[in-house]
Amino acid sequence: MGGSGSRLSKELLAEYQDLTFLTKQEILLANPFKERICMVFSTSPTRDSLSFEDFLDLLSVFSDTATPDIKSHYAFRIFDFDDDGTLDREDLSRLVNCLTGEGEDTRLSASEMKQLIDNILEESDIDRDGTINLSEFQHVISRSPDFASSFKIVL
Amino acid sequence: MAQPLALALDVAETTGDRDSLEPSPYEESEVHDSFHQLIQEQSLRVAEEGLELLSLVPGRGDHTLPGPEGAPAHSSATLRILASMPSRTIGRSRGAIISQYYNRTVRLRRRSSRPLLGNVVRSARPSLRLYDLELDPTILEEDGDLSVKLELQNSLHGVDIKMRAASPHVVGPEVCKRSLLVKELQGLSGAQRDHMVRNMPLSLGEKRWLRKVGAQRESGGGGTMGAAVGPSPAVAGSDIAACCALHSLGLALLSGLYAARPWRYALKQIGGQFGSSVLSYFLFLKTLLAFNALMLLPLLAFLVGVQAAFPPDPAGPVPSFSGLELLTGGGRFTHTVMYYGYYSNTTLSQSCASRQEGGQCGPRLTYSMPLAYLFTMGATFFITCIVLVYSMSHSFGESYRVGSTKGIHALTVFCSWDYKVTQKRASRVQQDSICTQLKELLAEWQLRKRPRSACGRLRQVVVLGLGWLLCLGSTMGCTVAVLTFSEVMIQSSASGSQGVEALALPLVVSVLNLVASYLFRGLATLERHDSPVLDVQNLHLYRNLILKMAVLGVLCYHWLGRRVAALQGRCWEDFVGRELYRFMVVDFIFTLLDSLFGELVWRIISEKKLKRGQKPEFDIARNVLDLIYGQTLTCADSQAAPPFPHQEVKEPSWWEASLMANCQAPRRPWLASHMSTVFLTLLCFPSFLGAAVFLCYAVWQVRPSSTCGPFRTLDTMYEAGTVWVRRLERAGSGASWLPWLHHLLVENTFFLFLASALLLAVIYLNIQVVKGQRKVICLLKEQIRNRRRGQDLPDQQAALCLRGGKEQVMGLAEPRKLPNLLAGLRMEGTEGTLHPQSL
Repeated sequence: MGGSGSRLSKELLAEYQDLTFLTKQEILLANPFKERICMVFSTSPTRDSLSFEDFLDLLSVFSDTATPDIKSHYAFRIFDFDDDGTLDREDLSRLVNCLTGEGEDTRLSASEMKQLIDNILEESDIDRDGTINLSEFQHVISRSPDFASSFKIVL
Repeated sequence: MAQPLALALDVAETTGDRDSLEPSPYEESEVHDSFHQLIQEQSLRVAEEGLELLSLVPGRGDHTLPGPEGAPAHSSATLRILASMPSRTIGRSRGAIISQYYNRTVRLRRRSSRPLLGNVVRSARPSLRLYDLELDPTILEEDGDLSVKLELQNSLHGVDIKMRAASPHVVGPEVCKRSLLVKELQGLSGAQRDHMVRNMPLSLGEKRWLRKVGAQRESGGGGTMGAAVGPSPAVAGSDIAACCALHSLGLALLSGLYAARPWRYALKQIGGQFGSSVLSYFLFLKTLLAFNALMLLPLLAFLVGVQAAFPPDPAGPVPSFSGLELLTGGGRFTHTVMYYGYYSNTTLSQSCASRQEGGQCGPRLTYSMPLAYLFTMGATFFITCIVLVYSMSHSFGESYRVGSTKGIHALTVFCSWDYKVTQKRASRVQQDSICTQLKELLAEWQLRKRPRSACGRLRQVVVLGLGWLLCLGSTMGCTVAVLTFSEVMIQSSASGSQGVEALALPLVVSVLNLVASYLFRGLATLERHDSPVLDVQNLHLYRNLILKMAVLGVLCYHWLGRRVAALQGRCWEDFVGRELYRFMVVDFIFTLLDSLFGELVWRIISEKKLKRGQKPEFDIARNVLDLIYGQTLTCADSQAAPPFPHQEVKEPSWWEASLMANCQAPRRPWLASHMSTVFLTLLCFPSFLGAAVFLCYAVWQVRPSSTCGPFRTLDTMYEAGTVWVRRLERAGSGASWLPWLHHLLVENTFFLFLASALLLAVIYLNIQVVKGQRKVICLLKEQIRNRRRGQDLPDQQAALCLRGGKEQVMGLAEPRKLPNLLAGLRMEGTEGTLHPQSL
């Protein structure tokens, strides 16, 4: 999982593919957050590889029955690109760029981006400190009934 | 030990009658003294072990969850505010009876030595939830508890857990508080501990360690799994084994059930390639199949099976089977259990020589077919109605949240990525659609900021008006066409022929539906082009809905009004059943052709002529509406042709093949759970209700035909029931309560009035509750903002703050209020603007 440096050896991986129903499609390959997901769930010192237990953690969080609390906690950590515990403007702009893709025609212009981030902070920053902390993030997420069903990987 | 920060909010004392038996929500000090005690207990323990408030230096980097409050002494006003948070009053103030429930909870809480944790999210123990869990091993370097650190390193291959809290005044080495958490865990029973550990956002290694240590000390080094704190060890042995066996059996069953879900792989493929929006259509299809199965089972058991076992004597020569019956439903099928006319109106009994009423063949089982028909139909509809309404309200509760219409930018950015999508192309489509959605949201926001000129608004209104005018006009045109054509059909063949010409009316109706829906689709494209922010999807859905319901309404009038009159003396129920069968078959064929060839043709055209190279989008709303239309026909037909609910043969895997080949995911944003609720509502209200009204009219008002069916000698079908009740009354047997019940419930209208009054009262109460909760949310937000700015909180507002609504809809939102409030207050503390004892 996650490209380079997986602790699972190739033979083991092939064996898993043969013995289980997982297809060759890498679940995270098409996901724009794949690097962040790997970094968040990795417990290795260099945080670039996933052990089997990390993989189980990942599946557990993305499963159907995980509580929205857990999901929103990990979503916050995935979106926190600089790992400082809050979502500031830089995090948000990187998040939006991930969402909209790398193509030239799908990127938002600079003014649109600024406007969007202003709106987001206006809507979710309750204590007006310019960043979104975990509680505020969870407060926003709780208003969306679709979050739990979209933050899910089906096995 | 550092000076703890005392938090005090001066809130106006509410006057109230303290001697009243029923404490109002204002009497917090009486009612919530259980929380007072709990908070004091917690605070004392925390103060003992040296937990202090976390100091927040702006810009410091860590995964911060706000630290626990450390002040041992809260004023009553603060406690009142804390205790009035709706999370604390969950389940305690529902309904009209409040005081007894409060006393009960206080007694329960005082009885147990340690308060139960339950669900961590709604826990009234902020100290546990707010432990800061840090994975950074470098910070543990400063930890003084070296022995603990070594133990950890040995067990976790270098992964450390650290509990962190720091005082606002002592900046230096941090104290490891992991042992506190372990102590808490040891006080719980095994299941609770597991539940709590599972809900912690930690890695698997840490969870395993916590679980091991938590179980270890409590049972003296044994570390048995599943051991409860309560029962004595002597008794526990065989019980534990039995519990474990049951538990593993339960798990095996659950996993078996999970694996055996029908079409699991197909649905997963669809979700992976098209996302949640298209998946919602297939989930709806699955729901419909479940409903049909529910409707079919009682009919099969009580009607079809019994009548098939006791076939009536054939009235005349039975025609042989020719292939046309599959299309027209007539011919050979008329004399089978498929139609109403086949069912006898007598009491069936086992191996009786003569067919006589009242079971004169001796003490054998008798089965009155008319009663069975009436009651089975009624019960089936009633059960389906209950299940539909329940699932609709459940879905509604899940998909609509307070404040979900506000904050749409943040919601779109945080919640719109669908992680189910596993293919690169679908992922690109999703990125495109999110980009479009964001641009549109920004455009709409700008529009609201700078309102359009009068000219622009007028233009928008004119376009919308024209669109609706065109749609309603075409709907009226279709209904008039159907009416005249049906009139022509009646006059041309009075008997309702069995041949292919009987298919004319269904064909005409289906063609009109198809043409009109393509017209609406084109109109929707034009409108979307003109003003993209308009919610065109829903408009399209509603226009198609109006068209289909109007056409169905006209057809119902045609059958129950004119056909019945034209077919006096013959079996009109059979005729209506056959007509509905033909409609269902033709509609099914048209839908199949449309989705297979229509999409294919469109794809070829778009690839060759327009050179776009894109597959057409899967139009979810239209397909769902087709499903609902088919379901309406099935429901309406269930009286005249009982076995039909199983005709819903649209199996997901066929559709999936066509979908994959011809379509791509829609580009427009699609709120999956919101739309699922809309689909269920549409299934309930126009569709099921319409079919129910149709059937009720048929049962209560229309005279059953005198030559066929179970009700041939009666004035209305409903009369079978009343005749039976009268007979029971006259017989005066042991079941005399039944006629009394019938008289009370059905013939006396008082019961209906009472039931509707109760329903209205419940609805009103729920509306008030939701209003109160919205108010509490707004006031709390303002309170936080005011605290941030260092302003005083007016007494009145504080009092308003307390007079809050209760839980349910706030969901995850409101437990976060406390940390935020405290975060705001803490910031004030570091900036030095807070006056602790003043407001």
